[in-house]
Amino acid sequence: MATEEYVTDSSSDFTEYWIDLFLGIKGNEYFCDVDDEYIRDRFNLTGLNQEVSKLPTLIDIITDLVDIESQPEEHRDTLEHNARILYGLIHARYILTSRGLNKMFEKYRNGDFGYCPRVHCQLHPLLPIGLNDQPRLNSVKLYCAKCEDLFNPKSARHSVIDGAYFGTSFPAMFFQNFPQVIPIHSKETYVPKVFGFKLHEYSKLNRWRELQRIKLEKRLVKNGVQISNVVGGFVTDPVEDHPQELEQSASRQ
Amino acid sequence: MPSDPEDDYIPWIQQFCELFGHDYFVPVAQEFIEDDFNLTGLSSQVPYYREALYTILDYQVETAEDHPDEKAILNGSHSNNNTKTELPNKALLARSAELLYGLIHARYIISKPGLTAMASKFERNEFGSCPRYFCDGMHLIPVGSTDMAGQETVRLYCPCCNDIYIPSSSRYLNIDGAFFGTTFPGLLVKMFPEIENQCRIRINKFNQNDFGLKLFGFKINELSASGPRMKWLKMHPKSSEEKDEYNNCEYSIPLDEVSTGDESDMDDNGEDLDDDDKTMASE
Repeated sequence: MATEEYVTDSSSDFTEYWIDLFLGIKGNEYFCDVDDEYIRDRFNLTGLNQEVSKLPTLIDIITDLVDIESQPEEHRDTLEHNARILYGLIHARYILTSRGLNKMFEKYRNGDFGYCPRVHCQLHPLLPIGLNDQPRLNSVKLYCAKCEDLFNPKSARHSVIDGAYFGTSFPAMFFQNFPQVIPIHSKETYVPKVFGFKLHEYSKLNRWRELQRIKLEKRLVKNGVQISNVVGGFVTDPVEDHPQELEQSASRQ
Repeated sequence: MPSDPEDDYIPWIQQFCELFGHDYFVPVAQEFIEDDFNLTGLSSQVPYYREALYTILDYQVETAEDHPDEKAILNGSHSNNNTKTELPNKALLARSAELLYGLIHARYIISKPGLTAMASKFERNEFGSCPRYFCDGMHLIPVGSTDMAGQETVRLYCPCCNDIYIPSSSRYLNIDGAFFGTTFPGLLVKMFPEIENQCRIRINKFNQNDFGLKLFGFKINELSASGPRMKWLKMHPKSSEEKDEYNNCEYSIPLDEVSTGDESDMDDNGEDLDDDDKTMASE
């Protein structure tokens, strides 16, 4: 009987960690857990007192030094709300640190942020990014490293998360830190066809874009950068070295 | 039994379009299916073609289940009187009917009434919005990457970024792309110029800010492996030189200009540097 009590006690203690509760809320799958030590180090929180009021109380709530139930009832909702904002803003800073990056790398590998919906990206995993570093301006977006484009999250739950909780620098820092996961970009494009014939203006724009890419490739090669089938480079078939021929053969088909 | 089934009788086509995950389909007009000209060539692609066609049109169809003893006799007597072709079983027939309907659907939606019906579905955003942030919720158009049935599932085309996407819901991942065909989006965009107008507004809205990864406000140099390498993919000509260059792409890529254009390359680099300076100053 005594042991039983002990077990239930510890399990209820475990679920009451504020951060664990926060991460368990549906829609918060993009967040990783921030170390207690990181939150308690006031240096890491420089400037955040301008974004939320009662910063010390909020820190105590997040790190479970103070139970939110012990606060006056009329303040609880605002405190909880501000605690979540504060956690998000700390999170944006934490994921740029080495420990944070490693945690986000795990989530990236698991595909926690979803996959690129673009057909030619072949389900490349996405990374969260903010358009601003100030809160309350824009919701979180997802960055695909393969097409270097921004996407809206699929689920409505994710599209209400503030982008500032991830920050504008996160993907760039991520790829500085893990250059091995920079993808090889695909050159494939789509041109609408009617009865097998490409639509002219789309085709023309596509040719111009291809020209821009060829110019970029020339610039890179001139500077001694490897680009064929290497990280950050382009997928290259032997045939694709002569795009014009390819174009012609495609139009002949 | 005599009157009840008549009352709640639902035509096969309506039933098919109301199935879970079939909300991309429009009901094909009965007259379109009844015109044999529209069905040219389909009989070789669909097994039990005639029975499938009758099913779609809600005619009486005999299946193997309806004549269990007849089949036994046929098998027993070594198909002596096999002038009547073998009867399909119900499951096979249902599959054939769906395949046939899909292929007719692909033809119907590029006819005038079909295009109109699909356009109003497009207008109501029934195919979903483009997931790309800079397309600002442009409505999508279903497309197949091939016209052969059984090859690829349906994709969604965004006329704004001119790219194809995977449907966001898994319920559409078993729908054949050939049931929409490769031609449909191109024709829809050309038939309803309003779509291109909507795209132009969006492109102009976002053409000014070109997105690229930044680290603490600084752009990443394109020589870096993590630098911008895919900007060309969604680029539009902006400056007058770019517009001239764009006009030179009328029939082919002017490749010879690239090799002689060293000075302009230098200019490009110079511009990039200027941009960096600006961001540093503003940050």
